[in-house]
Amino acid sequence: MNMKWPYNNEAGKLQEDYCDVLVVGGGLSGCFAAIAAAQKGKKVTLLEKGGISRCGSSGTGFDHWEMACTNPGSKVDPLEMTLALEEEQDYYSNAIGHYIEARDGWSCLEDLEKWGGKIRDTEDEFKGAAFRDEKTKLLYAYDYNARYTLRVFGTTFRPALIKQLNKLGVRICERTEATTLLTTEKNGVKTGSGVIGFDTRTGKITVYHAKSIVLCMSRPARIWLFNGDIPGLSEFRPFQSIGTGHAMGWKAGMEFTMMEKSIRGEFSAYGRSFPPYGTGNNHNTWYAATMIDSRGVEIPYVDRDGNILKSVEERYLPAKGQKFFLKGGVIDEPKYEWRGPETLPFDKLMEMGYKLPFYADLTSMPEMERKAIWGLMVGEEAKTRIPVYDNYNSRGFDPKKHILQSYGTGWQSAAFLEQERQLFGAPGGIIHDWNLETNIRNVFAAGDSLYASDCAGFACTSGRWAGKHAAVSADKDFEEVDIELINNEKKRLLKPLENKDGYDWRELGLAISKAMQNYCGGIKCDDTLKQGLKLIRSFKEEQLPLLKAENPHELVRVHEVSDILDVSEMILCASLDRKCDSKPLSFKRSDSDETVADKENAYLVISKQNNEVHSYYRKHRFYGDIEKEYEAHEVKE
Amino acid sequence: MKDYTYKITDASTRSISFDEEKCIGCNRCVEACQIDVMLPSTEGKCPILVWPGECWYCGACVMECPVEGAITFRHPLMNQARFIAKDDLKKEAE
Ligand SMILES: Cc1cc2nc3c(=O)[nH]c(=O)nc-3n(C[C@H](O)[C@H](O)[C@H](O)COP(=O)(O)OP(=O)(O)OC[C@H]3O[C@@H](n4cnc5c(N)ncnc54)[C@H](O)[C@@H]3O)c2cc1C
Ligand code: SF4
Ligand code: SF4
Repeated sequence: MNMKWPYNNEAGKLQEDYCDVLVVGGGLSGCFAAIAAAQKGKKVTLLEKGGISRCGSSGTGFDHWEMACTNPGSKVDPLEMTLALEEEQDYYSNAIGHYIEARDGWSCLEDLEKWGGKIRDTEDEFKGAAFRDEKTKLLYAYDYNARYTLRVFGTTFRPALIKQLNKLGVRICERTEATTLLTTEKNGVKTGSGVIGFDTRTGKITVYHAKSIVLCMSRPARIWLFNGDIPGLSEFRPFQSIGTGHAMGWKAGMEFTMMEKSIRGEFSAYGRSFPPYGTGNNHNTWYAATMIDSRGVEIPYVDRDGNILKSVEERYLPAKGQKFFLKGGVIDEPKYEWRGPETLPFDKLMEMGYKLPFYADLTSMPEMERKAIWGLMVGEEAKTRIPVYDNYNSRGFDPKKHILQSYGTGWQSAAFLEQERQLFGAPGGIIHDWNLETNIRNVFAAGDSLYASDCAGFACTSGRWAGKHAAVSADKDFEEVDIELINNEKKRLLKPLENKDGYDWRELGLAISKAMQNYCGGIKCDDTLKQGLKLIRSFKEEQLPLLKAENPHELVRVHEVSDILDVSEMILCASLDRKCDSKPLSFKRSDSDETVADKENAYLVISKQNNEVHSYYRKHRFYGDIEKEYEAHEVKE
Repeated sequence: MKDYTYKITDASTRSISFDEEKCIGCNRCVEACQIDVMLPSTEGKCPILVWPGECWYCGACVMECPVEGAITFRHPLMNQARFIAKDDLKKEAE
């Protein structure tokens, strides 16, 4: 039965709106950008596709804040950390973003606290714990000696941010899907002039004119992983974040880098995986849980030299002679210099006769460490308060009594195939300068949308930095917008309403993911990539116009498929232009040309200008002297 | 312009359910959901779960609900990770 839409019908309505700084995407980076620009006295509008109360990757929380190197307990200097990450990531590292993160993270946390967020153990719940500083009541994670990563009460941050946005008079436009970046070109210089927004409930289209723009729409998803029946479980990041920022940038001539990097799927709740942080494991949220095998025998943790660690305390300390170790969201298997304690590798355990399945066993851990994992971390993490903590508790889970099973190979609790890929682990994205400005003037970007970015601290600090710079460059007149483009976009956005006999967006979604698995999987080569590109382009030209929708909700799904096609094109083009294997980029070819290995050990920068794809290589460390450049580009209060 | 309509798009899983006795029809859950998988009921009753397959299992709707137990979250059966009492490990092995 067809039912009546409960919201207004504003299809065809076109509205204009003006602000100084337009921030697009209301997650962590967007909120920080909007607040920073508003604090500089600018008139700020924030567009958010979902609802502001719990949107973004961290809308329901996050449990740890990485690289806060200027916090009172940190023993690692911001530059030291940035250089370590650079080397760890083989120079495919966003050192601009990481240095800003390492240097400004603590002051962002202090801001969050001022605005009502909780960053300390004010109730003395963890008094006396090895990870607590008794004076400041700060709680640390991972390396209890170096103390650069904090355990935080992430569920309290969202309400605090919203309060601050409102206090500063930021205009929040919720349920608004940004679809198109508007630019003007004068004397060969492209400048951002606005963004088109689509009301996801009424279908109204608004042209947001702005003097400067900050893109904070996270990164692409659902490229290789898609399930038509339960699409919401396909990926790790929020369902509504599928890389529209990338797609609109691509269409407007924005430059991207590292788009050829993808990794075998690691995290989702798709068929081969389980709810994140909801199974037995000892990573990230669950570091350093005790792991046992099916006989109840404990799986040993070893230091970087393979020495077995005897106590739980040692799992949180660097090895002899090591200043600090790297651990967290983006660090998987660090190089020797920064390798921290870890359980023995899976293959080794099999050799030694350990029996599957494995379990996480909090029962035998010291009480403070158990409570830190089950309660503080699982509880404050995104998607864990209700889905894991409350849900498992109500199913009778008692961390003092029960053990939680691992799946897949060991404790990764996922078993994806090589061709089931994700843009994960510091993937490609928008390339930018020290102002976090893109190659399009007055268009800035922050958070997960930047190349080789990751994590909450990175998002907040880069958001704040970009917001300040956007405020500075909003000191000018409005640019003209392209009326013809607006009219064409209006037609494109509403077209599926007319396709009575069209087909469902999910069918095309399935076709894209299958095409990308087939033609752009684990091992690539020119022939398959070219086939893939041809197919993706034919989907865009011939199939996309046939999709149907009965209401704005379904229209948004169709817009997303269109964006996923653009992003797929970008990935295929980047993959075609990199001719040689690259281990740091998880990029493998059957027709790898080793003669260009040296030349290609650099950033491949790609863009589309006047419908033609261009690419060039940019040297590692293009960002110059890190400390000097930071200081030269810092916007003073 | 043509009228908007919708149909419930069934999926093989349903993450949330409502207790009609407890729900006060405030639609806070609808507003918390990023994806609008629910639509508000126009009759002041529980919201309607229209696109259950699009849920990303974040729990925001439950977090924002003012009435304990009005909305309940559940993982798909295939995703219900197993836990057992540690004391039962030995028994299981036998
Ligand atoms: C489950 C989970 C747990 C995590 N835990 C941690 C942790 O403990 N510590 C840590 O450091 N990091 C963690 N992360 C990563 C961290 O949350 C992200 O790196 C960070 O939130 C990124 O911020 P962002 O602003 O770039 O993007 P997001 O916060 O994801 O925000 C992007 C926003 O853009 C909006 N948007 C998308 N498309 C459009 C459009 N077309 N128009 C308008 N708006 C749009 C989205 O609705 C969304 O609100 C976690 C991530 C996930 C998914
Ligand atoms: S769990 Fe999250 S995605 Fe699912 S209905 Fe609730 S708020 Fe929406
Ligand atoms: S928030 Fe709770 S009480 Fe309000 S409509 Fe939703 S389920 Fe009902």
